[in-house]
Amino acid sequence: MPLAAGVDLQLADLSNKLIYAAMAVYLLAMFAHIFEWTFGSKGAVAVRSTEQATLAETVAATAPQGAKKVTVTVASAGGGTTTLTRTALADAGATVVTSGRGDEDQVDGLGAAGTSEKGDLAGRIAISLTVLGALLHIGGVLTRGLSVERWPWGNMYEFSCAFALTTVLAYLGLLVSGKKVRWLGLPVTVAVVLTLGLAVSVLYTESEQLVPALHSYWLAIHVSAAIMCGGAFYAAFAATALYLGKDWYDRRMAEGLTTGPFGTSASIWQRLPAASTLDKLSYRINALVFPLWTFTIIAGAIWAEAAWGKYWEWDPKETWSFITWVVYACYLHARATAGWKGRKAAYLALLAFACFLFNYYGVNIFVTGKHSYAGVG
Amino acid sequence: MSDTRTRPEDELSAERLSSAPTESDSPAGIGVLGWLRWTWRQLTSMRVALILLFLLSVAAIPGSLIPQNSQNSFKVETWKAAHKGITPVYEKLQLFDVYSSVWFSAIYLLLFISLAGCIIPRTWQFVGVLRAQPPAAPGNLTRMPVYAAWHSAADAKAVNAAAYQHLKRRGFRANLGNGAVASEKGYLREVGNLLFHFSLFALVAGFGWAGLASGQGGKLVIEGQGYSNTTTQLDDFTGSALYTSEDLDSFGFKLDGFTAKYQTSGDQMGSARQFTAHIRYWTGDDNTKLTKGDIEVNHPLEIGGSKVFLIGHGYAPVVTVRKADGTKVYSGPTAFLPQDGNLTSTGVIKVNDYGEKDGAKTQLGLNGFFLPTAAPNFEKTGPVSLFPDTADPALVLSAWAGDLRTNAGTPQNVYQLDTKGMTQLKVNGQPAIVKLKPGQGWTLPDNYGSVTFEGYQQWASFTVSHRPGNAVALTGAVCGILGLIGSLFVQRRRIWVRATATADGRTLVEVAGLARSESAKIAEELAEIAVDLQDEAPALDDEAPAFDEAPEDKPEHPADQDSKE
Repeated sequence: MPLAAGVDLQLADLSNKLIYAAMAVYLLAMFAHIFEWTFGSKGAVAVRSTEQATLAETVAATAPQGAKKVTVTVASAGGGTTTLTRTALADAGATVVTSGRGDEDQVDGLGAAGTSEKGDLAGRIAISLTVLGALLHIGGVLTRGLSVERWPWGNMYEFSCAFALTTVLAYLGLLVSGKKVRWLGLPVTVAVVLTLGLAVSVLYTESEQLVPALHSYWLAIHVSAAIMCGGAFYAAFAATALYLGKDWYDRRMAEGLTTGPFGTSASIWQRLPAASTLDKLSYRINALVFPLWTFTIIAGAIWAEAAWGKYWEWDPKETWSFITWVVYACYLHARATAGWKGRKAAYLALLAFACFLFNYYGVNIFVTGKHSYAGVG
Repeated sequence: MSDTRTRPEDELSAERLSSAPTESDSPAGIGVLGWLRWTWRQLTSMRVALILLFLLSVAAIPGSLIPQNSQNSFKVETWKAAHKGITPVYEKLQLFDVYSSVWFSAIYLLLFISLAGCIIPRTWQFVGVLRAQPPAAPGNLTRMPVYAAWHSAADAKAVNAAAYQHLKRRGFRANLGNGAVASEKGYLREVGNLLFHFSLFALVAGFGWAGLASGQGGKLVIEGQGYSNTTTQLDDFTGSALYTSEDLDSFGFKLDGFTAKYQTSGDQMGSARQFTAHIRYWTGDDNTKLTKGDIEVNHPLEIGGSKVFLIGHGYAPVVTVRKADGTKVYSGPTAFLPQDGNLTSTGVIKVNDYGEKDGAKTQLGLNGFFLPTAAPNFEKTGPVSLFPDTADPALVLSAWAGDLRTNAGTPQNVYQLDTKGMTQLKVNGQPAIVKLKPGQGWTLPDNYGSVTFEGYQQWASFTVSHRPGNAVALTGAVCGILGLIGSLFVQRRRIWVRATATADGRTLVEVAGLARSESAKIAEELAEIAVDLQDEAPALDDEAPAFDEAPEDKPEHPADQDSKE
């Protein structure tokens, strides 16, 4: 690969400013989410099922004569049922799907804002700010890459910026696809602000060309895949942690206690989705990312074969990505095994994410191996 | 809906959605055979497999924290020297060779036996499932996790036939019979699952083959010099059972030049930006037909069954040594080893054939530093280089005379001077040290002659690697990913449709589905099928269907239907 020209200092500088700006905007989004949770605590909680039932009735009533309509009952894990009504208009073939829940135990909370309008407004502001932050962030990562005309993930600073960006994009992607995940906003913005803060303060490196070891198109493939995995694994981690919290809260409620775990306000937990919803979400994300993580490791092995002559040498980075893979594999198996699913499987998911984090920060900083060029400074 | 069949029947059918083995905790019968059977059943159970998998990840940890012989035996020696007390314990526990240790091997061998014991019966079972028809509709469809029903005026038989067609069109394997349609889809889930686990065996086979039949050697070549792939020319060689030093692929190459470029500004100044070795190579015995080639980091060159990797590079100062009477006793480049990122390099020039001085046989040893960009003065820093490229090269030398002990019989490090039999040359009682620029000479004290620093050349070090089995491992890996995608993203589900004539002359259409609980889509799919089916079996408007039919019979569903993968 020919030596790229050099460094466009203006672009590199612009990139730094954009990253700082993005950080500031994320910080504001984080505060807005905090307001959302605070205001929401005054609102009433969990009226959704009746709300939805009314919606279903409305749809049923307004459907013209001759419309095809089916109501499906779905049993949920907790023993309750959900119904899903599908109405197809005779002429257009358009369908309307409504669902309502029959079981009070498994009901999803209303979200951070509860029924408070102020809280809802704060939440909307937070999302707008997150989108703005993401745009600045994309600009920052792009200009960083353009300033040296290469993929902007050659060291830990660049990798952290990209990792934070994929976390935000994964979250915004879920929102756009209509998933009710606004409750993820606070954990996401907190993580992103922390990651970026660490990146600009401790891990910062000037924009430069790469050492020869990184002159490979596998950089784009292997590292991009790793970054995407990181963002998604984090989202799944947040969901898992909240699942455990909610599950604990549910058990406390069953025991007749009035507060959440660690004396937290019950209203926080009420506003979160049902434990089973959280559990399912974290499983889905993890299951979605697991093949990609497998691919990341294999792409790394192929690159290692080209660079070092052996595709697997138990380099610390390789070892820890293997450990991470195995623990996630344990989680996926446990989730499908009687006696392990639920809480035990969730602990495995937390452990797997801890391995992923250690592989990133721990191995890069404390252990020297062949991946050391990705290190700090 | 006056069916009185009991739950176990339905659950049985639910269980068959997956061909996973059943678990049993109950101890075995009697005798050795019983115990063996019990052990085998335990080993192949999901719980033990999970524990083994988890153990494997834990067992991999020490290897990432303790230096490993397989990676850097030099680091292992340093570590051992620093931790003398604990070293024997670590050696007993094979902690310097974790990944080839008995305990690590035991874990993955058990894991693979467990896997085989699980996967092979499961494959046969799956073949059986493929050969059989989809399981017939359970008697009481309302017990299924997803359920819909309505009354229609259409003929029951016609509705069943229409349902069969709808399901077929949607890619379900369907079977029409006995007043109901049974159908199943998503077999790729199990195919993917089995494929993934089988490809793990392919991966391990690739690993194993590589371990048995691969070899790797290292060679340092100075610009202008050549190399042919024989054991005498290699600096070191690690072979294996099926690839020894006698099996080395026959080829060779000449290093014509080496290009290195470095960052010249900013906080990463001195970082390498490009390394390229320019070579001409030949294969077989004919070393006259030369082909040009470049080797870069990440871009090895495949020559005659081996791959040649660029591993490192450095400088080789060219030095001429003359005796006091002017006879040349040494001339040529000597490779010096880099000590830091700016290529401060150290090395030794051993003048074996100095001959006699003052009637006694003697030898000379020059201990030195090569500095590509020498610091202006060394008073505080010592001899160091400030930049890896040769902006201001200098050679710093001190000289020893006496016996080099190169013929002592023990292997000697070519980069170090054994000073046991030697005395350092001194001026006024102080060790004689000189800093030379290219072209400069140094007259040695005590009439030992002179040393001229003619210039320098670069050298490159290569790894020559012969590794079969890569294709097998890669195929295994790719199949593994495909299998994973199938087993994680495809949902296996069953849908049953049953249209029955009721006593009042209407037709009750029931649609029920069964899938793993992770899948929310089955309700959607079932609704779509039901809506489609209403073309042939329009719902009668006079009622809110389904639930009136058997309200007290309502779901005490087989919630655990996904209890096994």
